[in-house]
Amino acid sequence: MELFKYTHSYDFMKKSPIFVAFSLLLMAASIALLLTRGLNYGIDFAGGTVIQVKYDASAPISKMRDKLKEEKLFSGATITRFGSDEEVIIRIKTTTQELGSDIGDMARASLEGTGNFEIRRVDIVGPKVGSELREKGIMAMLLAVLGILIYVTFRFEWRFAMASVFALIHDVTIAMGALSLFAIDINLDILAALLTLLGYSLNDTIIVFDRIREGLRTIKSSVLKDVINESVTRTLSRTTLTSLTTFFVVLTLFAFGGEIIHGFSFTLMVGVIVGTYSSIFVASVVLVYSGFNVSIFRAKEAEKQKLEKEKNDMRAMYEQGTL
Amino acid sequence: MINFRLVVFIATIAFGIIFSVPTFFQTEKGSKITLGLDLQGGLYMLLGIKSDKAIESKMKSLGSSIRYFSEKEDILLESLEINERSLEFILLDEDDVKSIDNLLKEIKGLNITKVGLNFTVALTPVQEEITKTQAIEQAVETIRNRLDQFGLAEPNVARQGKDKILVELPGIKTGEEEQRARALIARAAYLQMMAVDEERAMRAQNMSEREAKSFGDILLPDAEDENRKHLLHGVPIFDGSKIIDASVGFNDANQPVINFTLNSEGAQIFGDFTGKNVGKRLAIVLDGKVMSAPVINERIGGGSGQISGSYTIKGAQDLSIALRSGALQAPVFLMEKRSVGPSLGADSIKSATIALSGGFILVVIFMFFYYAQAGLIANIALIANLFVIVAVMALFGATLTLPGMAGIVLTVGMAVDANVIISERIRELIAQGATAKKAIEQGYSNALSAIMDANITTLIAAIVLYVYGSGPIKGFAITISIGILASMVTAIVGTHGVYDTLLARGKKINLRKWFGIKEAK
Repeated sequence: MELFKYTHSYDFMKKSPIFVAFSLLLMAASIALLLTRGLNYGIDFAGGTVIQVKYDASAPISKMRDKLKEEKLFSGATITRFGSDEEVIIRIKTTTQELGSDIGDMARASLEGTGNFEIRRVDIVGPKVGSELREKGIMAMLLAVLGILIYVTFRFEWRFAMASVFALIHDVTIAMGALSLFAIDINLDILAALLTLLGYSLNDTIIVFDRIREGLRTIKSSVLKDVINESVTRTLSRTTLTSLTTFFVVLTLFAFGGEIIHGFSFTLMVGVIVGTYSSIFVASVVLVYSGFNVSIFRAKEAEKQKLEKEKNDMRAMYEQGTL
Repeated sequence: MINFRLVVFIATIAFGIIFSVPTFFQTEKGSKITLGLDLQGGLYMLLGIKSDKAIESKMKSLGSSIRYFSEKEDILLESLEINERSLEFILLDEDDVKSIDNLLKEIKGLNITKVGLNFTVALTPVQEEITKTQAIEQAVETIRNRLDQFGLAEPNVARQGKDKILVELPGIKTGEEEQRARALIARAAYLQMMAVDEERAMRAQNMSEREAKSFGDILLPDAEDENRKHLLHGVPIFDGSKIIDASVGFNDANQPVINFTLNSEGAQIFGDFTGKNVGKRLAIVLDGKVMSAPVINERIGGGSGQISGSYTIKGAQDLSIALRSGALQAPVFLMEKRSVGPSLGADSIKSATIALSGGFILVVIFMFFYYAQAGLIANIALIANLFVIVAVMALFGATLTLPGMAGIVLTVGMAVDANVIISERIRELIAQGATAKKAIEQGYSNALSAIMDANITTLIAAIVLYVYGSGPIKGFAITISIGILASMVTAIVGTHGVYDTLLARGKKINLRKWFGIKEAK
């Protein structure tokens, strides 16, 4: 089976203004969402308590609400269904420090009489731990971007690095916009998903860039747009295929992986789509706008090769004892 | 001729299968993957510690020593007052200054201020820091001891960072059990023997705390009845650090009690005190509450005693564990807790397994349809990859968490990437009319740099995640990293070996067919 048989190059660059406009629009919308609606920080970063309760019949939410209201500590508690009718999540902004009897034990006592239930999960994150995790999370994000940037700069020309980081920012911004739009709880697993997305999105971009770099040496045309068009077309099949297989697994994870990793798989699903799009349509456009010049690049490469050859010649002469 | 790539591939597969057997079949021998608390159910806690309190309790025991010493040497103290970070006393007789000086000199790390006969003793700043650090280390040790004796499988207690304690308890089944374990951890188990102030005991009910303090006394509530107060001499006779053993027994009324045994020093002090105070009452104080205050009938030698109270057998057991493993020098408090019931963990395993098989089947079918035989070979590499992940995790005793399982699912989707890149390259070369040998050889070498660069960037993100992530997230970073590394071996070296061997055997391979290219009509 062949989805994209290479016969000629598609002219991606001709249509680039449309993609640029589309991307900028999505990014602007995401940033607007992040500024107005903001992110819905879960307990990992904001601190608080999450209690997962499973009833053996449909969960009596209004009854639970009434019972919880009696305790002052639970004021502002929200109860939402979790995956099924029987299961609910209680979110409370407060925490307790007492070990012997904590806020989870109190909730158990308060819910007494609402039916037959089992407390399946109690997560308590104190405010201090929450702020520590937040700092660590931001550090992790920054370090990952920095590490990747250094690696790409080392392996490619700096304009490639810049373009790939732009694509990264593009992907992460849009993914975060989606997180804000769907009011998904931002916890550590979402951070993990975002970091994976960083790696994945870059992975895709690099495959394309690697081809462009190769194209710069092998393709006759010295017009950057031609080189990009051919390289992107030649990697189109691979990009689509890997994105498809990855999308398959993320989709099954989203559909069957259980409620707990829903946010995680959702983030990745958005990420795979955006990441694929950006590596085909966005990253190389940025490369064009960065003022990359094929002729200069080739001249530099030739110079490098000449130096390399001279060095090798010298070494050969030295080894032969003629120097 | 033996192809070394094929050897590597077969060795990798063999390695993966052999070392994942213990995990899959749960054999008795061999290292297995351990399930994280989120999958097997259990309790994870991060505790903070109020280490300042350790200084206060150090002051108290220093006070006890001074009181014991002065009584033994007939030194008269006008008052002895214990504060949060220091203690003060006034000597009546100038001749005693020297012997008190000698006593204090023996104790290291003290800051002594003398104004006439007024003494103020505190710890030096360095000693305060040491005391705090010791309190944390002691708390870790104590909690570990208590949990070991509580009887749950493999408790893990470790110091985290400067002043936090990590507690992991797998295998907690019910909320009640969890609560009991938490209460045991938190219990200060600070036992003190204190003398009742018999002169003023009659007035105890109406006395204010401040008035009690003015006599150097302290008012403590009764364990049975919070409203009943006992007036006790402020400086304890000795504390629980002198206890070497504690066990559950029964008194005449067949009520559970705790019998304790003191070390030789404790026995000496206990004997001396009871001998001198026959007819007076001795209060047994636990965590700030008076458990009982029996009248001393005679000198108690031998260094053993009994704590009675209204205990259940379980309660008495937990208390004797706490007394045996020693008091917490400073109280601990909850900073973070994650508790997962075993049924939720089982549900998570089930759904993640469904996702894994579903994703796996989709990818395998897709690869076969798209690449035909080449897809089949890539699928073998993918299966090998899964075994290698399990094997490596088992060998390192790594923990499999729910995000970790998600990582494996994700790896299935991403690991075929290398084979996709390679196959696409080979297809290109075939389209250009290259021979089979050349198409394979060059296809692999053309694909190499892209695969490396792409995987290394993902690896960088995974490593950062490992370093900064906590608990379950670390599990994700581990599976992703192993998956990436394994895919490089199985996809780049392994599948290459298969083609090399097929070609070397002189088999005529129709590469177009093998790589799923439709014949030109």
